[in-house]
Amino acid sequence: MLIVDDLSKTYADGTQALSGVGLSVAPGEIVALIGGSGCGKTTLLRLIAGLDRASTGTVQVDGETIRDPHPSVGVVFQEPRLLPWLTVADNVGFGLAGLGRSEHRARVARALERVGLAEHAGRWPRELSGGQQQRVAIARAFVPRPRVLLLDEPFSALDAFTRRGLHDQLLDLWAESKPTILIVTHDVGEAVTLADRVVVMRPRPGRLDETLAIAMPRPRDPVSPRYEEAVRRVMAALDRSLHPATPRPNPAPEMRAGWW
Amino acid sequence: MPVLRQGGRLGLGLVLALALPLALAVGWEIAVDTGVASGRLLPPPSRIGATLWELAASGDLLVHVEATLIRVGLGFLFGAAAGILMGTAVAMLPLVRRICDPSLQALRAVPSLAWVPLFILWFGILETPKILLIAVGVFFPVYVGVSGAIASVDRKLVEVGRIYRLSRGAMARRILLPAILPATLVGLRTGLGLGFLFVVAAELMGASEGLGYLLVDGQQLGKPDQILAAIIAFALAGKLADTLFVAMTRPLTRWQDTVRDSL
Repeated sequence: MLIVDDLSKTYADGTQALSGVGLSVAPGEIVALIGGSGCGKTTLLRLIAGLDRASTGTVQVDGETIRDPHPSVGVVFQEPRLLPWLTVADNVGFGLAGLGRSEHRARVARALERVGLAEHAGRWPRELSGGQQQRVAIARAFVPRPRVLLLDEPFSALDAFTRRGLHDQLLDLWAESKPTILIVTHDVGEAVTLADRVVVMRPRPGRLDETLAIAMPRPRDPVSPRYEEAVRRVMAALDRSLHPATPRPNPAPEMRAGWW
Repeated sequence: MPVLRQGGRLGLGLVLALALPLALAVGWEIAVDTGVASGRLLPPPSRIGATLWELAASGDLLVHVEATLIRVGLGFLFGAAAGILMGTAVAMLPLVRRICDPSLQALRAVPSLAWVPLFILWFGILETPKILLIAVGVFFPVYVGVSGAIASVDRKLVEVGRIYRLSRGAMARRILLPAILPATLVGLRTGLGLGFLFVVAAELMGASEGLGYLLVDGQQLGKPDQILAAIIAFALAGKLADTLFVAMTRPLTRWQDTVRDSL
């Protein structure tokens, strides 16, 4: 279980990036964070990853407080961030430690197969397309079997077609070990395709706004009426967050910080 | 030099590149042969070749080449080591950077040949000032290359290391070192080239052997063929050293874009 409690971040120059964020995510749940630019989505993810320190508040994973990067928290960044001097297979195995050689190899091979890059294992990252590189990055994040996986707009640089393929592969990998997933996105369709809950954020200072449950079985058909209805709900919530003057209809209990 | 992919076009490129020097050499050979020119100050290729052959056959050439290579090698070793150490210290420790970098940058602006009189005064004319001069020449490109490379290591890749909780040692070994390797190798290669530049100056300041000595000796005895033979030997030795360096280090940077290999 991932518990974020009253998290705030104020930068040295006085900018308040995040204010009083509370969020609980159940094991195996997929939560999408969505919102306009500058609403602190990336900041929140970096605090949970332990890459930056919060000004106030805490992050806990299974009862352990996160201050620095933690072995059970994996990250996929907006860019693939592969190490150009390692082969694809060595990149995937980069974060694996303390395993025997054969187990190490087997895990890397299986992850590469899952993202459809088995035949590229010996290549250099520069020989792959942007979409393939991001698939390697996703495989790298899954291989150490994190309990929480954070993804920061991982598909934003890719075309719509590539993106859909990657959604399927992400869900395939997720189905294997069922980590908790927190994914930042600015693509409403992506949020509805992947998430159990969509959390809308609001800028200046960044904070959580509305939470919408997406109760649909997977795989989700993007041309079904239920899917389209969910997209409309998220769109509307996003609109409300961008135009705060609009009155908000009956707030759901999920809105409150740390309701769990 | 343009890199041509196909074998046939490479052959054509080679022919085109060699056409001008070959035509000039043959033309000069004929001009001297037919008495149009005397060839006293600029001997024809055949005489330069004969001189080079004589020097090689008598074993003298080997002695001179060896002396020069040892100087370049030692100077390169000391200069490169100092450059890597200082470059690393300056890039990693802000205090060292603020104290040392401005002075080093100022010294870098001094034409290195300006040190020659001072080095002779301090260290005499034996091996020490020669190797020191070469080391000074090698130091700066290595220093600039290493410090620049460390300063520009991608913060985003370092973060990947942090996510996987690499220790300081592992971070250096698995991320920093490979990241700075290409720029470091470029610095070392430039330094090696400068080493060959500076060994001439070093040997001109007084030596009893070495290719630079052959140059001075040729001038004093009025033997332009010997000077040209020494110049050719310099060119070959320098090119050979550079080729060896590239061949030895290429496997280390195979992961880079292939275009860079040919530069």
